[in-house]
Amino acid sequence: MPAAWQQAFLLYVQYFTVKDVMQFLLITLKRAGFGLVLLIAVLVLNFVLMHLAPGDVADTIAQDAGGLDAEVMAQIRKDYGLDLPLWHQMMKYFSGVARLDLGYSFYYNQPVTTLILEKVPATLLLVISAQIVSIFLGVMFGVIAARKPNGITSHFVTMLSLVGYAAPVFWTGIMLIILFASIVPIFPIGNMVDVSIEREGFAYIMDVLHHLVLPTIALSSIFLALYSRLARASMMDVLGSDYVRTAQAKGLSEFQVVFKHALRNALLPVVTTAGLVFSGIVSGAVLVESVFSWPGLGTLAIQAIIARDTPTILGILFFSSLVVVAANLVTDMVYRIIDPRIKTSEGSQV
Amino acid sequence: MIEDAQPQRSLRRENATVQVEHPLVETARMFATNYAAVAGLATLFVIIVVSLAGPLFYQTDPFEMVWAPFSPPGVKGFLLGTDYLGRDLLAQIIHGGRATLAVGCSAALLSAVIGITFGALSGFYRGWVEEVLMRITEFFQVLPTLLFSMVLVALFGASLPMIAFAIGIVSWTAVARITRAEFLKIRELEYVIASRSSGAKNFNLIFRVILPNALPPIIVQAALLVGFAILFEAGLSFLGLSDPNVMSWGAIMGNNRPYILMHGFTIVYPGLAIFITVLSISLIGDGLNDALNPKLRKR
Repeated sequence: MPAAWQQAFLLYVQYFTVKDVMQFLLITLKRAGFGLVLLIAVLVLNFVLMHLAPGDVADTIAQDAGGLDAEVMAQIRKDYGLDLPLWHQMMKYFSGVARLDLGYSFYYNQPVTTLILEKVPATLLLVISAQIVSIFLGVMFGVIAARKPNGITSHFVTMLSLVGYAAPVFWTGIMLIILFASIVPIFPIGNMVDVSIEREGFAYIMDVLHHLVLPTIALSSIFLALYSRLARASMMDVLGSDYVRTAQAKGLSEFQVVFKHALRNALLPVVTTAGLVFSGIVSGAVLVESVFSWPGLGTLAIQAIIARDTPTILGILFFSSLVVVAANLVTDMVYRIIDPRIKTSEGSQV
Repeated sequence: MIEDAQPQRSLRRENATVQVEHPLVETARMFATNYAAVAGLATLFVIIVVSLAGPLFYQTDPFEMVWAPFSPPGVKGFLLGTDYLGRDLLAQIIHGGRATLAVGCSAALLSAVIGITFGALSGFYRGWVEEVLMRITEFFQVLPTLLFSMVLVALFGASLPMIAFAIGIVSWTAVARITRAEFLKIRELEYVIASRSSGAKNFNLIFRVILPNALPPIIVQAALLVGFAILFEAGLSFLGLSDPNVMSWGAIMGNNRPYILMHGFTIVYPGLAIFITVLSISLIGDGLNDALNPKLRKR
C-alpha cells in the first residue's frame, strides 16, 4: 500500500497526457523567450541611459585625478571604445553581457559582475525569508479571518492591511530598531554578522539568523497585509463552495476541511501575486537593506549612486530585472503545475 | 415588441413618485455611510489645509537654525523639537507637506494619464496595438521600480519635477491593466455598439462613451496611486535622492537618519505625518471602492 502522498501524486500525474506536458514545456519556453526579449529591452534602456547621463568614463577618471589634458581624455575615450559609432558600442556592450561581463567599476576597481555576485546571497537570503514569512503568516491570518468574517481576527487583518500599506517600509524598520535594538536591546541594530567575535559553523549561522530577524519583519510587513487580505477573500470564496460542504457533510474534522481541502484552492491567488510583487520586494529590499546596513545589492546600489558609479548602477538594474523575470517564470510554472485547470489556456497572463 | 413595452410603461407611471437619485448623490450618500472613509477624508482635508495655509501662519523658516540641535519636543517653545542642525522640526513638517503632496499628486496624475492611455488604446483597438502596448506594460512591470527611479534621479538631477517624473513613469502599470480590463468588458455592451453603429468616431467612442463608464475602478486606483507616490518620494528622499533646496517629509527623515538611535523623535514625527496621510488616502480609496460598486457592498 503506497503512502497517502504517493497516491495523491499518482492521481495527479494521471490527469496529464503527453500532450499536456508538451504544451506545458512549449508555453514555458515561450514565456522564457519573452523574458529574454524583456531583458534585452532592459539592456537597451541601460545603454541609452548610460549615454544620456552627463559625464562619461573619461570625466570620472579626470575627476579622480584632479583634472586631465584634453589629449589624455581623448586617449582614454579611445581606450574604452567611446569614439566608436553608437551601434558598435551597443554591440560591444551586448556581447559583453552575453559573456557575463557587465562592465568595470572605476569606483571599486573591480568588474561589476564580481561586485554583484558577491552581494547576491545576502539579498536573496533577505528577500526569500521575507517572502516565506509574509506568505506563511498572511495565509494563516487569512484563514483564521475567513472562518469568522466578523471576528476579532478579521478586523485585525483589515487593520493590518491598512497599516501595512500606509507605513513607509524604511520607517517601520527604524521603529523596529528603536524598539527592539535600542529600548529593548534584544536584536542587533544592523549588519549581517557580528564582526567583533569570530564565529564558525553553527554559531555563525545562528548569528546571521539573529541579524536577519528585524530586516525580515520590516520587509515582510509590506506584503503580509496583501497576502492576508487575498487569502481571506479567496478562502471565503472556497469555504462557500459545494465540495467543501460535501467534505463537511462527510463528517471530516474542521481541521481537515480547512487545511486539506479548502486551503489548496485558496492558495492559488496568493501564488500568482507572490510572483507579481517580486519587483516590489526588490524595491523594498533596497530600503530595508539601507536601514539595517545589510550588505546586499541594495546597499551596493546606494553606494554606487552616491559615488556616481554608472556601470555598477546599471549592472544592478539589469541583474535585478533578471531576478524578477526568473521569479515570474517560476511562479508561472508553479501556477500551471498546482492548478491543472489552466493546463492549456494562456488566459492567466496579464 | 411594442405590446411588450406597453405594460412596463404603465408600471413606471405608478411608481413615478419614487425619486431617482443622481448617481453622484447616491455615491456620496454611500460614501458618507462609511465612517472610516469619512474620517480619512476629514483628516486629509486638514492635512491639505495645513500644508497649503500653514506656512503663512507658522512663519519659522524650516532651513533656519533656531536653537540647539536635537532639542527634545516641547523645550523652548519648539513643539516637536529641533533637528540635527537645530532647525525647527514643526516648521519643517508644516512646510514639507507642500512638496510631499505636490510630488504625490503630480506623479499620480502622470501615471494615471499614461495608464489610462495605454489601457484604453489596447482595450479598444485590440490586435497588434494591444499586443505592443501590453508588452511595454509588462516591461515596466519587470523593471525594479525603486532602482529605476533611483537611477533616473541620480543621473538627471534631484529636482522636484524630475522626482515626480521618475515616480510617475514606473507606477502606471496597474492603471493600464485595470483600464484595459474595463474597456474589454464595456466595448461589447449594447450602448457602445449602438453609438458605434450610429457613426460615432473612435475618439468619441473611447473618451466620451467608454471611458466615463470605465472610470470607477480607475478613480479608486488613482487615489491609491497618490499614497503610493508619497511613500515612493519618501523612500527616495530617505536614500538621499531629494531636492536639497526643498523641504519634504522624506527629506527630514533622510537628513536625520544617522541619529536615529539617540534622537528617534526627529524621524518618528515626519514618518507619522506620512503614515497618517497615506492611511487616510487608502481609507478614502476603500470608501470610494464601496461607494462606486454598490454590488460589492451587498456581499
